[in-house]
Amino acid sequence: MNAQTLEAKPAQEKNALPETIIRYIDDAKSLPHSESYLIAVLQMIQKHFGYLPASCMDEVSERMQIPSAVVTGVATFYHFFTFVPKGKHTVSVCLGTACYVKGAGLLFERLQELLGVKPGEASKDGLFTLESARCVGACALAPVMLVDDQVYANVRPDELPKILSKYGFKPAAK
Amino acid sequence: MATDKEVTLTIDGVVTKAPADATIMEAADSVGIAIPRLCYHPHLSIAGACRVCLVEVEGMRNPVASCAYPVADGMKIHTSSTQLRRLRRDVVELILDNHPQDCQTCDRNQNCELQKLSYEMGIRERYFEGERKQLEKDLSSPAVIRDPEKCILCGRCVRVCDEVQGVCNLSQHRRGFHINVAPAHEGNMMNSVCVQCGQCANVCPTAAILEHNATDEVFKALEDPTKHVVVQTAPSIRAAIGEGFGYPPGTPATGKMVSALRLMGFDKIFDTNFGADLTIVEEAHEFLRRLEKNEKLPLITSCSPGWIKFMEHFYPELIPFASTCRSPMTMLSVLIKTYYAEKAQVDPKNIYVVGVMPCTAKKYEARRPEHFAPWGAPYTDAVLTTRELIWMMKSFGIDFNHLGDAYFDNPLGLSTGAADIFGTTGGVMEAALRTAYEKVTGQPLEQLDFTEVRGVEGVKESKVKIGDKTLFVAVSNGLTNAKHVLDKVRSGEKKYHMIEIMACPGGCIGGGGQPYPPPGMHIMDAKLLRMRAKALYSIDSQKQFRKSHENPYIQKLYDRFLGEPNGPKAHELLHTHYEPKFPKGVR
Repeated sequence: MNAQTLEAKPAQEKNALPETIIRYIDDAKSLPHSESYLIAVLQMIQKHFGYLPASCMDEVSERMQIPSAVVTGVATFYHFFTFVPKGKHTVSVCLGTACYVKGAGLLFERLQELLGVKPGEASKDGLFTLESARCVGACALAPVMLVDDQVYANVRPDELPKILSKYGFKPAAK
Repeated sequence: MATDKEVTLTIDGVVTKAPADATIMEAADSVGIAIPRLCYHPHLSIAGACRVCLVEVEGMRNPVASCAYPVADGMKIHTSSTQLRRLRRDVVELILDNHPQDCQTCDRNQNCELQKLSYEMGIRERYFEGERKQLEKDLSSPAVIRDPEKCILCGRCVRVCDEVQGVCNLSQHRRGFHINVAPAHEGNMMNSVCVQCGQCANVCPTAAILEHNATDEVFKALEDPTKHVVVQTAPSIRAAIGEGFGYPPGTPATGKMVSALRLMGFDKIFDTNFGADLTIVEEAHEFLRRLEKNEKLPLITSCSPGWIKFMEHFYPELIPFASTCRSPMTMLSVLIKTYYAEKAQVDPKNIYVVGVMPCTAKKYEARRPEHFAPWGAPYTDAVLTTRELIWMMKSFGIDFNHLGDAYFDNPLGLSTGAADIFGTTGGVMEAALRTAYEKVTGQPLEQLDFTEVRGVEGVKESKVKIGDKTLFVAVSNGLTNAKHVLDKVRSGEKKYHMIEIMACPGGCIGGGGQPYPPPGMHIMDAKLLRMRAKALYSIDSQKQFRKSHENPYIQKLYDRFLGEPNGPKAHELLHTHYEPKFPKGVR
């Protein structure tokens, strides 16, 4: 095994940064502490693509002259940022204490089975991303689930297919 | 940030003065109180990450981290109390709780700062047991490997890579229990801007970062009757190997080292120094040709593989300026499998070349496709660090201290003093100047010591008069220092004729594969580096020949095998090329 076979080639997949973000970075360059605009730039990218593509983070690193390891270090620190494409809808299950006691853990497991995903991942058909939330402040309705901004209260695992079908979910044929 | 202002404070009842900008830890050190510490490193920025160095300050509600807390006038500090001892013990025990319990089988056994600290903190029983992080090892690089499960998040590797080497390949990813110190995208060391210098392994207090061990392969080759196993040792090994056997730093141990290598059963023991002499002859000719044509100046040295990879990632536009000379190690490996193979009538395919290097990046260099022989095998089959060789000798049961002196084999074992000093910053420059002077002027050089390029400072400059020309030269060690020099060259602020760059602080004597420092010293310690350098300069001063081109076997080698320096055969065998590497570095 020689070193060449192990080494990185320039990334093939390219998600170029949109013009607006490039202009924002260029404007920030002349400002004091220009590197502190990193998080704002990452937020803009996530808003644009729905996630942070690796190639975009590399481009940010080069344009802002911040080492790539620092960019990905910052991005992975914040729960807000995601590195895989998001589904069309986000399903969040509250795993706060009250919801958990009322069976949210079971809901979360059932959803992983139904959608065929692990937490944070998007389903194969691109419709759903499954996430956990820490207390949405509606403990009286426990267990609580959100699909995008819609709150579902007192959810039982057997109700899940019906709720999800409103958003285009089709149960896998047995 | 030295200031003239002083404050008076009391530490454990001792009234003392300290500079106003000192930390509590520094003030305590100066009165002989060594506060326990873990993440602190005197050559790196303050992290305050481990909370081991807690002390009590009268009037403050909570203990403070003494490495980060500044002194103040009238401050009363207590560094030892039942409460503090319990606190520190708990802090260390909580670190241990998230650390594998495999001390006996660990590479850093008896050499681990965490192990030592746990003992000193009096941890004899474990009260905490909880979930332990589970992270994959990164074995991708032939040079430097990571075991994140052993990482205690002190951040020294992150700081050395950023502050001393200017590479910034490592960063903490994620947060809390899931923190992982890794290259960008939590990728591996191979697909990154890592220059493989191993300084992270040097400063790591545990076994979270290590050299990629090659001792198994070497043991196997030594036992294989079909293999003709040839070893070569780099200049700086002789200045440091004694430390592994209890000698004080700076004890030259060439003779004992060769005796030990013989006992290990190597068929031939050659000296990388011979490769260094050859490098100087080739590089001096290359330099003089460029000087004559006034092109591709400054010439930048190419012996340090960490620097070469750094250039390919961070300064690809400077590639034309780098010397095309292969490193001394690879030059010698090439000669072993061509010139020596022919002379000794051994099939080069059966020759197994082991390089003993102060360096982890040499392990990487050996696997570069440019340094593979036409028959598909690497010219250097395995590279051992000084640390690995010390361990191998111990496992062979060799009583190093009682060995007599033995000598390298000829012809590739004879070297001049110019080659010995290759192992320290400024040495390659000095060696090159000795040869260049005589080649240009045709006069013998009277004063051989170019003292202006000696010393372990990060950047040195000198003007050297050779004939009717005045040459401006620069020497730097540590890649952040190299950046400073190169950026001035790029901006046109400075014009040099030649630049020597070594990736590691102090040069090869401070390489990523050198012995962990003895108690009371630390990595990058100027005192330690000076002692090791002194050993090399003393060997140089005692040599019969002190200029590379005077090496009689080098002269013979050109006459009978290579032809002219920089000639077609020399070019084919002794020179190489470089390419920009991805990902591109941010500098």
